[in-house]
Amino acid sequence: MRRFFYLMSLARKSAWNRRGTLSLVVLCIALSTLLLLGIERIRNQIRENFVQAVSGVDLVVGARGGDIPLMLYAVFHLGGATNGMGWESARRIAAHRDVAWTIPLSLGDSHNGHPVVATTPDFFDHYRFRAGRRIEFAQGRAFDALFDVVVGAEVARKAGYRIGSSLVLRHGNSDVRLAEHSDKPFTVTGILAPTGTPVDRALYISLAAMEAIHIDWQGGAPIPGFQVRADQVGKFDLTPKSITALLVGLKSRSRVFALQRELGAWKEEALMGVMPGVAMDRLWRMLDIGERVLLLVSALVTLTGLAGLASAILAGLGERRRELAILRSAGARPLDILFLLACEGVLLVFAGIAAGLLCLVLLLFAIGPILASRYGIVLYFSCPAREEWLLLGGIVVAGSLASLIPAWRAYRISLSDGLTLST
Amino acid sequence: MAPSSAPFAVELRDVRFSWPGQARPVLDIAHLSIRPGERVFISGPSGSGKSTLLGLIAGILRPGCGHIVVNGAALHAMGASARDRFRGAEIGFIFQQFNLIPYLSMLENVLIPCRLSARRQARASRQAGSPREAAARLLERLDLAPALWERPVTRLSAGQQQRVAAARALIGAPPLLIADEPSSALDADRRDIFLELLLAECALAGSSLLFVSHDGALAKAFSTTLRLNDLNAAAREESA
Ligand SMILES: Nc1ncnc2c1ncn2[C@@H]1O[C@H](COP(=O)(O)OP(=O)(O)OP(=O)(O)O)[C@@H](O)[C@H]1O
Ligand SMILES: [Mg+2]
Repeated sequence: MRRFFYLMSLARKSAWNRRGTLSLVVLCIALSTLLLLGIERIRNQIRENFVQAVSGVDLVVGARGGDIPLMLYAVFHLGGATNGMGWESARRIAAHRDVAWTIPLSLGDSHNGHPVVATTPDFFDHYRFRAGRRIEFAQGRAFDALFDVVVGAEVARKAGYRIGSSLVLRHGNSDVRLAEHSDKPFTVTGILAPTGTPVDRALYISLAAMEAIHIDWQGGAPIPGFQVRADQVGKFDLTPKSITALLVGLKSRSRVFALQRELGAWKEEALMGVMPGVAMDRLWRMLDIGERVLLLVSALVTLTGLAGLASAILAGLGERRRELAILRSAGARPLDILFLLACEGVLLVFAGIAAGLLCLVLLLFAIGPILASRYGIVLYFSCPAREEWLLLGGIVVAGSLASLIPAWRAYRISLSDGLTLST
Repeated sequence: MAPSSAPFAVELRDVRFSWPGQARPVLDIAHLSIRPGERVFISGPSGSGKSTLLGLIAGILRPGCGHIVVNGAALHAMGASARDRFRGAEIGFIFQQFNLIPYLSMLENVLIPCRLSARRQARASRQAGSPREAAARLLERLDLAPALWERPVTRLSAGQQQRVAAARALIGAPPLLIADEPSSALDADRRDIFLELLLAECALAGSSLLFVSHDGALAKAFSTTLRLNDLNAAAREESA
């Protein structure tokens, strides 16, 4: 036992002695670790983020079409607009005996590239994220007057909005200045606390406000010669004609399939009810092949790194034959030599893994805020998950096997050289 | 297995050895014995098999046939692992040159045998209190200043290196010291100083010394001089 610790300390000193050459090998292994674990972690956390953003919603209802596009657009505000569903249907679903609450969502406008979501104050009461947490107001309150707007944490942070700030919405996602609703500015009445979900990056107005700003618009442009001033819109009927989607919470989860069937057979228009978890699962399965390819590529990078490790130690063996003979003369067995060299390899593997993990943490620190503000994806640090331990274990096992190559060579050398060494 | 209980420090009988793949034996020795505490000088031309003989006595190599008994242990009958353990405990070894491990300090180089062999460590502790203390005493007597002890060994002169190697061979007082041309990389003055120190230390430790060289001028300092080619039947056949 004592002997093994001694050989380990020899391996450590020997590796440190040749740190110039070996640091490149460690770097390779560090990059491999970073790649393997980074991909795994970002993949998992993106999934988690998506799932957490809709916790508590039993069905997402919209016009019949693709379930994934509806989810992505209505909940995550990603991808292209989907067809709308009639307001009348939304009201009837809200009144359904199985339904506890509904949140209508109407999308289409934007502000500084952030989506504007028209909804009802119910949104702030019923929307849940990350294991049932409620949305909270950092400042202010929900919209009340027609041109009130509530902004997400990130929106407020980026533009420096406070309660009472005035802002103008833009029609669609275009960058065209002409398409601004500049005649109907909004006043910030509430700023939401950060959630780590797409809520942070959105602005919330009432459905009536959405109607009001489009009253003198048609087909994506103002109607020429027809303009309704902000103080005149109250005279019009501001009930929406259609919305993008309806988030539905049920009194009892077990009724979800029944309601889904009912929606599928809706007479007035073609509707569908999407279970968020099911749609997300389908999405992940579609992305699976890409993820597998990424994983394969990083595994190959790791193998390259480990081959580098084996060859770097092998290359150093020639000039270390003396060293091995000295150890042999002092009573080291050929198996000790094997252990010594294997130790050195494994030590480098561990050093590489440690450096890789450090890089990963630093990288998450560096890109975390960017991902959070651009895409609403929150990365966080936690103890490695089971898959990550498996990946790390895989690197260690493969690294140990790679280390056995030079170790075996050294074993052969010390057997054949013995003490008779000519130089 | 105490040194005094065995009649000979080293005894070879009818030993024959040939390298793998070679039909002719390098060594064919009918009899060779070294008494405890004896200082033996073995000379022979290059390639005559001196290092091979030392490898056999050190238990690195195994004879094709014959008996090799070192300090009472029958090496020819022991397994490889047992011979390695035996060598670590009972034999000190000095090479011709490059005797030191570059990434260890001088002190750590001297302590290698104690780290690898518990028996060697126990003897060093018994002699000086601790292996470190034993190493320190040896280095001091071999004229290596304490300032050098913790420093890397790569900057040492050839003479200093060989003295560190001698300290490593002597630590824990092994019954047998084997030196394979340890002075051939030194100039005449340093060689004499080194030899004097080595012989004195061997006497102090009570170790037998087996010293190999092709430089016959060194022979006068030894109690016994052997010429390998006289002992070796394989060499006689060749010249005949
Ligand atoms: N590891 C080995 N494998 C095969 N043959 C060897 C090996 N070592 C030595 N020999 C052969 O054994 C013979 C004796 O070599 P050895 O090294 O014992 O000679 P030596 O007397 O020590 O020479 P020198 O004075 O040059 O050190 C030589 O012919 C050599 O080629
Ligand atoms: Mg030789």
